[in-house]
Amino acid sequence: MATTEASVIGGLKVKDEGQVRINKGMLHGLWALTNRELKKWYKVPVLLFLSIIQPVIWLGLFGKAMNFGALFTSTSFNIPGLNIPKATLDQLATQAMLSTFGTTDYFSFLAVGMLSFIILFTAMFSGMSIVWDRRFGFLDKLLSTPVARGSIVMGKVFSSVIRSLAQAAIVLVVAVVLGMDTGKITVVGLAGTFLALFLMAMGLSALFLMLALRSTDWQSQMAIMNLLNLPLLFASNALFPSKLMPGWLQVVAKLNPVSYATDAGRQLLLGVPGFAPLGFDFLYLTAFAVLFSGVGIFLSWRYLSR
Amino acid sequence: MLKMEEAAGNGNYESRNVIIEVKGLTKIFENKLKAVDSVTFSVYEGEIFSFLGPNGAGKSTTIKMLTTLLRPSEGDAVVCGFDLRKQPQEVRWSVGVVPQEYTADEDMTGLENIMLFANLYGIPGDVARKRADELLTLVELNEAAGRKVSTYSGGMRRRLELACGLVNHPKVLFLDEPTLGLDVQTRTAVWRYIRILKEQYGMTLFLTTHYLEEADGLCERVGIIDHGRIVRLGTTGELKSSVGGDAIELGIREKDVDLTSFIMKVDSVTSVVRENDHYRIKAPLGEEAAPAIMDAVRSAGYHVDRISLTKPTLDEVYLEYTGHKLRDEEANSQQVMAQQRTVRRARA
Ligand SMILES: Nc1ncnc2c1ncn2[C@@H]1O[C@H](COP(=O)(O)OP(=O)(O)O)[C@@H](O)[C@H]1O
Ligand SMILES: [Mg+2]
Repeated sequence: MATTEASVIGGLKVKDEGQVRINKGMLHGLWALTNRELKKWYKVPVLLFLSIIQPVIWLGLFGKAMNFGALFTSTSFNIPGLNIPKATLDQLATQAMLSTFGTTDYFSFLAVGMLSFIILFTAMFSGMSIVWDRRFGFLDKLLSTPVARGSIVMGKVFSSVIRSLAQAAIVLVVAVVLGMDTGKITVVGLAGTFLALFLMAMGLSALFLMLALRSTDWQSQMAIMNLLNLPLLFASNALFPSKLMPGWLQVVAKLNPVSYATDAGRQLLLGVPGFAPLGFDFLYLTAFAVLFSGVGIFLSWRYLSR
Repeated sequence: MLKMEEAAGNGNYESRNVIIEVKGLTKIFENKLKAVDSVTFSVYEGEIFSFLGPNGAGKSTTIKMLTTLLRPSEGDAVVCGFDLRKQPQEVRWSVGVVPQEYTADEDMTGLENIMLFANLYGIPGDVARKRADELLTLVELNEAAGRKVSTYSGGMRRRLELACGLVNHPKVLFLDEPTLGLDVQTRTAVWRYIRILKEQYGMTLFLTTHYLEEADGLCERVGIIDHGRIVRLGTTGELKSSVGGDAIELGIREKDVDLTSFIMKVDSVTSVVRENDHYRIKAPLGEEAAPAIMDAVRSAGYHVDRISLTKPTLDEVYLEYTGHKLRDEEANSQQVMAQQRTVRRARA
């Protein structure tokens, strides 16, 4: 709305901006909305610290404690009557580990799973911010501006994606410091891993936001989050290979996008054989991200305004 | 219920441009509550128009419909030349809203809030920066601009809301209870800004209020709204004269004679009622009727003990047309909470 005549506000003679170029494009405001959420996060380092503490504890305690490899190698058990040589036992153990985890090193196996874990837990909270915005009336104020309804949702999706990727990078560094196997990490592998994580973050954030679109109270949103996050985590290969799961659970794990991001990460960072071809991992994740973002944008036009 | 033409309260407004035209606008919520019941009215370009009514009358619901936040159940409206139903996006580009609640982002500074909203209106950064300065000056928030909103007092928050609502230089600014819970000083300041916007900027203002003195002192035309319906609409002057004009109280020394019909004969007197030791007289223009009455009484040989003149207030108008005083009606719990939050912050 370019005003041509000079306007006066508050007794100040404001030389009005003759031909102000107003950006009426579909994407206007998207970055401002993304940045609004990001600011809340990077301006409070404590939040960043708190959010990576959980995966780091998992890595440090769970990852180190579940030393499956040592189950065989560091004990001196033997079967009475059979005098199996220690070397054979060790080799058996190694084979068992390799066929189960694809690596002899459970810690490295879990470290990649933790990257998915942090993405999942960050995405989960993306829905929360829209509930708060609605509650404090901020959402109504956004809706009274001409910003595209889809941008309101996508701003939150992108900020959640950026946050979760940054946090995943920190978790990866911590994992390396704690002894993750870096022998097979390449630049391309890293880039590919983060691309897979990006796609998963996008789909999951859009999913949780969609579930929050109509919600007015944070309790029900918390309930939805809790209902979804543990199944998404456990019914995946993030902590444990899905092939050892009962059949019905394997089906869930095969549908779960968390499995595919983790799988891609393990293939690319650790060079372990995957549970699906790498190409399929990416295809599945792309479809997941595109589908849920698309549905999210569609629903935002329908449901944000009443 | 009044007929439409009667409620329109046109006065000398016919020649002005209509900027908001509302026809039969109705909102029925999912719980079947008819919050707004077929309201029809027009707002003219450059005026300050207000909805006066108690809590729960449907004021906010009307504003939310006119600003595209709620979909009307029935009826239509044209805002700034755009059809509310068919061109909601165009309506959003041309209006500004100052909501009833404090909705600025607490974690950001005042300036950041304004800049964010400028961006949402597609205003380029350098222009936005200039406008922000200009608006911060208007609402006298320059010094606090760099502070987080969570540190603001209620009055400062209200002023910031005002600045955010003005950032796109709207043709029409909607203000929902702009002085709710504010102290006298801030209230006066907000009234001053509103007048500046009208007088120096030619902006059209649509505000809602449940303070009579606000509607009376600030607005040209007032719609009295109760239970979702406009019960009376007109200029404040029209509304007041519609209750019979000014009231004159006259005391006469000669207590034993009845002068009712005698006073009634005086020019422009519309009614006379004898109450105990005095007469209650109504006339459209008290300051002209009072001397005429005194002259008539004296020339007939009686003595005036005392005479007083009261101008009608919107209070009386309100009572007359709604049958009750402005009262607080029970609102739903969420509304009460939001309002308490607003009032609490206003007092903080
Ligand atoms: N979202 C909603 N759902 C159901 N009822 C509502 C909703 N919003 C407001 N109401 C009801 O509609 C009526 C009018 O509300 P409102 O327009 O906020 O009144 P006012 O602003 O005049 O105080 C009230 O009775 C209120 O409880
Ligand atoms: Mg209200």
